[in-house]
Amino acid sequence: MKIKGAVVVDTARCKGCALCVQACPNGVLALVKKKVNAHGYPYVEPQLDKDCIGCSSCAIVCPDACITVYRKKVEI
Amino acid sequence: MEEKQEVTLMKGNEALARAAIRCGADGFFGYPITPQSEIIETLALLKPWETTGMVVLQAESEVAAINMVYGGAGSGKRVMTTSSSPGIALMQEGIAYMAGAEIPGVFVNVQRGGPGLGTIQPSQSDYFQATRGGGNGDYNTIVLAPASVQEMADFIDLAFTLAFRYRNPAMILSDGVIGQMMEKVVLPPLKPRRTEEQIRKECPWATIGRTPDRKPNILTSLELKPEIMEQRNLSMQRKYQTIKDCEVRYDTQQMDGAEYIIVAFGSAARITEKAIELAKEQGIKVGLFRPITLWPFPEKQLRKAAVGKKGILVAEINAGQMVQDVRLAINGALPVEHFGRLGGIVPEPEEIVKALKTQLIQKEK
Amino acid sequence: MDTSIISPENLVYSKPKLMNDTTMHYCPGCSHGVVHKLVAEVIADMGMEEKTVGICPVGCAVFAYRYLDIDWQEAAHGRAPALATAVKRLWPDRLVFTYQGDGDLACIGTAETLHALNRGENITIIFINNAIYGMTGGQMAPTTLIGQKTSTCPYGRDPVLHGYPLKITELAAQLQGTCYVTRQSVETAGAIIKAKKAIRKAFDASMNKKGSSLVEIVSTCSSGWKLKPAEANKWMEEHMFPFYPKGDLKDTINK
Repeated sequence: MKIKGAVVVDTARCKGCALCVQACPNGVLALVKKKVNAHGYPYVEPQLDKDCIGCSSCAIVCPDACITVYRKKVEI
Repeated sequence: MEEKQEVTLMKGNEALARAAIRCGADGFFGYPITPQSEIIETLALLKPWETTGMVVLQAESEVAAINMVYGGAGSGKRVMTTSSSPGIALMQEGIAYMAGAEIPGVFVNVQRGGPGLGTIQPSQSDYFQATRGGGNGDYNTIVLAPASVQEMADFIDLAFTLAFRYRNPAMILSDGVIGQMMEKVVLPPLKPRRTEEQIRKECPWATIGRTPDRKPNILTSLELKPEIMEQRNLSMQRKYQTIKDCEVRYDTQQMDGAEYIIVAFGSAARITEKAIELAKEQGIKVGLFRPITLWPFPEKQLRKAAVGKKGILVAEINAGQMVQDVRLAINGALPVEHFGRLGGIVPEPEEIVKALKTQLIQKEK
Repeated sequence: MDTSIISPENLVYSKPKLMNDTTMHYCPGCSHGVVHKLVAEVIADMGMEEKTVGICPVGCAVFAYRYLDIDWQEAAHGRAPALATAVKRLWPDRLVFTYQGDGDLACIGTAETLHALNRGENITIIFINNAIYGMTGGQMAPTTLIGQKTSTCPYGRDPVLHGYPLKITELAAQLQGTCYVTRQSVETAGAIIKAKKAIRKAFDASMNKKGSSLVEIVSTCSSGWKLKPAEANKWMEEHMFPFYPKGDLKDTINK
């Protein structure tokens, strides 16, 4: 059994504080480079090549409630 | 509640307290200050929390008390505070906030001499504070001026009614004479406090918990967008105009055949009643015009009453405050003079007669 | 990351339902947003969405009423505990709380804070302490640390000029009316989970008529401290936590 996680970021709401980047144990989230959202903030995006375990640390620390977390136990 | 509807003898302050319970007040939040501490003392003694469920709380300051009124009235409840001049000065912030958030708080000023800590004797020197408002911004408070113990009892229900009708703070401007004197009074019959359903119906704006049928209720006086703030203020100005059109109250005495008018409110009006009797004995034909609402001021009615008169004396226990509103109303049509005593001294009726003679009648000749 | 698992039955965390879609005006990384989430979650967990009245302060959280869909009253600066006192006494079956910053609660509002707590009003005071006046541009607060630089103590807080920082939570813990006084923080997931439990505990205590609660959240102010959010968290850990230590200062709920 393995825990698979996935996160969705509301990039319009994100302010680029990067606290989620700091909180994530697996480096799943990263600030985009050379892009900003409509409010002028650089925002974070999940890196699809990283392993998300659905711990929700990112979503829990996010001050703007931008992150939605999914988690599923899967057979390996 | 064992009180029946009968004629009793009591102080103005006590009558106000008992009448508050009887008119279904939900809460009182106050602080001791002379000459009105009997109000909270009476409430504490009567323990209405055991009978009607009315909350009575001594707050840690007048600042806290007025903010408790803000919170309570914001939740649709009939709540009030009472104080005296320096305490009312402390409450100005809370009053302005209630005006801005359109919260129907009720408060009472049993005036004493000022300025500052002043004296404990009566005065009427908070007329400006009451009608011009010591808080910030364009707002008005409805001001009722009782001139008897009976009116102290009657006006509390009226103050709540007006406050809730217009979602605006309302005050009773009393003074140390009316608060401390003893007179016959018939207290109002006991009216039950409103139920939650009644409050929801009467106050759909109240903050009592957002039910799914509506948006959240938010009470605030803050609005950072000037275009919206202007609209808010204009809407409040329209409200004030409606109050001016509909809620003026005043009384007159001996106006038939009068050549002069004495304009007076509160305890000064009571003294003036005697003064006009004395003047009558001396052949002077003078009537009393007594504003009951100081805001809205009965300007139209006073203007009408002044037609054909020779002069007006404004008798008020201060250095000249209501006289400004009288002068604005009369607009130069006749001479308007002021007579007052200061520092907590309450004038005698003879002094008012003398002022009428020296400042108006003799000057005319 | 396997995006195929993104499906409603796998949902484990999302924006709390009482928090609406209005973008919050707080600075990036501000602790306010996190605490707002916790308050929203706890109210919903308790099923009290229709019976809650929040009292918001003057300070950065002056617009808290824009973000959480409950009934709110805006208090004058420092006065929230007085408003809450009245609302709770008049509507005893409602959940009533205040949400205040350190300038609001521990400076201008000191009397209202201490007296409401001391009277044991069945309310919770949520105290966001970032040792500065955030909204007005970063001035010194009673909670500003010795040596900390702010716009009104640009050379650092000096006890001779400015007096000492005020530990109001410690004062609150000595008041007989309080049943629960605690200090928490929200800079890590672990701390946030603890803070949420503390808020829930306080809200429950107020509904069970146990008296007043003060939940202090030691927080950051990126703008006022002029530090990036992650740096601000670090500064807080190094400087704020030693002076404002976390933990329960009082818990007499079950006495």
